[in-house]
Amino acid sequence: MELFRNPNIDFLGKKWIFLGLSLVLSVGGLLSILFWHHIPLGVDFSGGTIVRVKFTTPPNADAIRADMDKAGLKNARIQPYGQASNNEVLIALEQKETSEQALDQGKNTIIKALSGNAPEGKQDLNNVGYATLQQYLMSKDPLHAGTDAELRYGQLARAIVDFRDKTKDGVLSSVNDIASVVPPAVLQSFQADFHTSNFGIRNVDIIGPTVGKQLQKQAVLATLYSLLGMLIYLWFRFELIYGVAAVVACFHDTLITVGMFSLLNVEISLTVIAAILTLVGYSMNDTIVVFDRIRENLKLLRRESLTEIVNKSINQTLSRTVLTSGLTFLTVLSLYIFGGEVLHGFSLALVIGILIGTYSSIFIAAPMLVAYQESRVRKGAKVATLPAERSKDKVKVKA
Amino acid sequence: MKKNITWKILLIVGTLLIFLWGIFLGTDPAASIQAIKEKGLIAGIQQNIHLGLDLKGGTHLILQVKVNDAVKSDSQQVAERLKDYLRNANINYTDVTIEDSENHPELISLKGIAPESTGDLRNIVTERLSDYNLTSGANNTFTLTMKPQTLTALKQNAVTQAIETIRNRIDQLGVSEPVIQEHGLGEYQILVQLPGVDDPARVKDIMQSTAMLEIRQAIDNGTPYPSEQAALQAHNGVLPPDTEILKGRVERRDSNGESNDAYYILTKSSAVSGRDLRDARPGQNQTGQPSVNFNLTRDGGNRFYSFTSAHVNDYLAVVLDGKVREVASIREPIRDTGEISGGMNEQQSKDLAMILRSGALPAGIKYLQESTVGPSLGADSIRQGVRAAIYGMLAVMIFMFVYYRFAGINANLGLFLNLVILLGFLGFTGATLTLPGIAGLILTVGMGVDSNVLIFERIREELRNGKTPPSAVEQGFGHAWLTIIDTHVTTIVSAAILFLFGTGPVKGFAVTLTFGLLANLFTAVFVSRVIFDSILNRHQRGEALSI
Repeated sequence: MELFRNPNIDFLGKKWIFLGLSLVLSVGGLLSILFWHHIPLGVDFSGGTIVRVKFTTPPNADAIRADMDKAGLKNARIQPYGQASNNEVLIALEQKETSEQALDQGKNTIIKALSGNAPEGKQDLNNVGYATLQQYLMSKDPLHAGTDAELRYGQLARAIVDFRDKTKDGVLSSVNDIASVVPPAVLQSFQADFHTSNFGIRNVDIIGPTVGKQLQKQAVLATLYSLLGMLIYLWFRFELIYGVAAVVACFHDTLITVGMFSLLNVEISLTVIAAILTLVGYSMNDTIVVFDRIRENLKLLRRESLTEIVNKSINQTLSRTVLTSGLTFLTVLSLYIFGGEVLHGFSLALVIGILIGTYSSIFIAAPMLVAYQESRVRKGAKVATLPAERSKDKVKVKA
Repeated sequence: MKKNITWKILLIVGTLLIFLWGIFLGTDPAASIQAIKEKGLIAGIQQNIHLGLDLKGGTHLILQVKVNDAVKSDSQQVAERLKDYLRNANINYTDVTIEDSENHPELISLKGIAPESTGDLRNIVTERLSDYNLTSGANNTFTLTMKPQTLTALKQNAVTQAIETIRNRIDQLGVSEPVIQEHGLGEYQILVQLPGVDDPARVKDIMQSTAMLEIRQAIDNGTPYPSEQAALQAHNGVLPPDTEILKGRVERRDSNGESNDAYYILTKSSAVSGRDLRDARPGQNQTGQPSVNFNLTRDGGNRFYSFTSAHVNDYLAVVLDGKVREVASIREPIRDTGEISGGMNEQQSKDLAMILRSGALPAGIKYLQESTVGPSLGADSIRQGVRAAIYGMLAVMIFMFVYYRFAGINANLGLFLNLVILLGFLGFTGATLTLPGIAGLILTVGMGVDSNVLIFERIREELRNGKTPPSAVEQGFGHAWLTIIDTHVTTIVSAAILFLFGTGPVKGFAVTLTFGLLANLFTAVFVSRVIFDSILNRHQRGEALSI
């Protein structure tokens, strides 16, 4: 099976159409970054508190908001998370409610607000940790365990926590649920001292202002270093202009990806930055494959003009470019669809980036080479071709 | 023309076996076999491939050491020493202070030195305080500045010491496989990862306690004052020399049941400190209240004995972390035992004893980041990640088979081996697999197949140009090789930068991506070539290549 048999498309002839498309996308993203959604930063970068809560019944956002308001958290952001059947909600607080003196104050206030009408003097079995349970059991000693109390109650506490978190997916609907994993005497003791609220905390992220700022700086630096690394490598392997063209194409990909996140108002988290950095490397792949072919053809087809050579090279590698991008796209799409909510931003960045990256190596990087060459010719430079392959890079082919 | 590929096949099979060993048996085969027997295959694999906190649940903390605390306490000691030296050398001065102890604790300023003593002062500093530079200012003032390399070493030392202390404390709490290490680039931060800890409040308190224990003399028979002003007024606004006012930790309750703060006047210097502790145990005092009993070292005991002998019927105060825990009268000379009690329950007394045993933190710490992943969330993530990986891989494999027929099977074998090597590598090195790491695994599949496509497309092209199958294969691999190196280098460069800048989950991603691509060089170029060669060896002249 073959998708492309000797394609002969005049890519460079249509470059203005594609450049125009790029321009629309970049400017659209840029406008959104500047004037509309700005860059929606995830809690990793903006700092703040995020608590992901699972409820036993479908949560009522208005009721939760009322609880938060009562607790003084006026600016809490409340949004449903994942599939509706999961009964999960994200509650997010801004940076200003997260002080480094008491980093977890916001989290504690949220938990307190949610467990508003808890019975007096009873602990919430849905929101106690393993250590607390072990300690409780040891102080009550319902089994009169004697010398091996620590070990025995440790195992029992672990069994209860595992049952709640793994079998019951994080929330129990009543204290009696644990009857299947604990002896009757223990259950009795739990019935007296515990209750179950209608929610459980699945995860908590609290980022203080220092870390947020530091991560912002690091993310920008990492992206720049990565582009710089590419530039140097391409300079070393090809010529400076190849490196510049490739890096401009990559920057274009990064800009459009971030712009799309802004347009769609999807938060940029640390893993999204990881995806963008991967894209920098990946988008470079396609560009290099095309450049390699250009260099090879420059040697073989000395009579033809640069435009013709570049066109030919793109066409020759088109099948490979489309195939590999398509296959990587398949895997990334699988990640986007099946990978779950946590990786949502990450896989979205890859989905967008791979499309843009493939497009830019053909329509941005290669035309830049030609444009550079043409401008040199106009300025009166004698050599109209790019320097061909250096001898040290020569491919040795044994027949 | 047949090629001898026997040794190459042996090499490939050997590699496969080694990395399968890595996945199932890892570096500790006995433990893995036991885990497989007791809890099944998955548990055995988990014994070798360590899951990140985001997959198995736990708490991730980043904390910062307030290194200026350590510098401050060092400077304070130096200031005291300097006063001694000046006194011994009969140099008069009006003041030796650390003026900005918050921001510049490394600066000690000296005031009122007579001009004729300047030479002597310089000699003292060069001979005895060689870690400081002396500069002179207006009106006979001088500034001692800690030398930059000493300052850096001191700060770094505080971080190292803090890591040690925190490790001691966490080890005693029985958290399994904790990670405690320096974090970031010179910001005095420490990363703490606690697998399985879903409620970090207590651990955080225990880690944060500096546990600076001091025993000082309490002035005014240990009288508590309701406010600092009241304490000052008791002395007509001027405190006795070398004393200071400290707040009490235990709140006093007055007759209305309202709690009031208590302030005490204490000497600045301490008779003994936490460094003189030999042991600390939880216990009970005479009234049955939970307490912490401690023993002093021989040296500390001697000092405590001479202090208590000299102050019978005076009062002493136990100060913990700058707050007065307890005030008691000295009835008789005490040599090496003591007790802290009041205001704590049984658990707190156990924790305090443990903290005191583990030693003091050289400086305070503050928490910068805290994230907790519940175990149910981790299990969900694994399920979804593995599902996405399997579907993605199946899609790629089916496509490769449909598009390239036999050569597609060749590529798929390579992909499979690629994954085995990657997972085996994780098993051998103990590198952590995180959720983004699983994503890296999926990406490796997508990007790894890129090399195959490059080579196959080139072979097809050569075949179209009329080359024989063996020569087309030769040319295809030859031409694609450099391109493959280029594409791998660029991706690995970005992964390396991610590794340097990233934390936890992102680092896991960089690791799997890098090693996936390195393994891909072997599988897509070497293994795939060997499979082609073995086919070509059996080929009849003129037979077409299935590609």
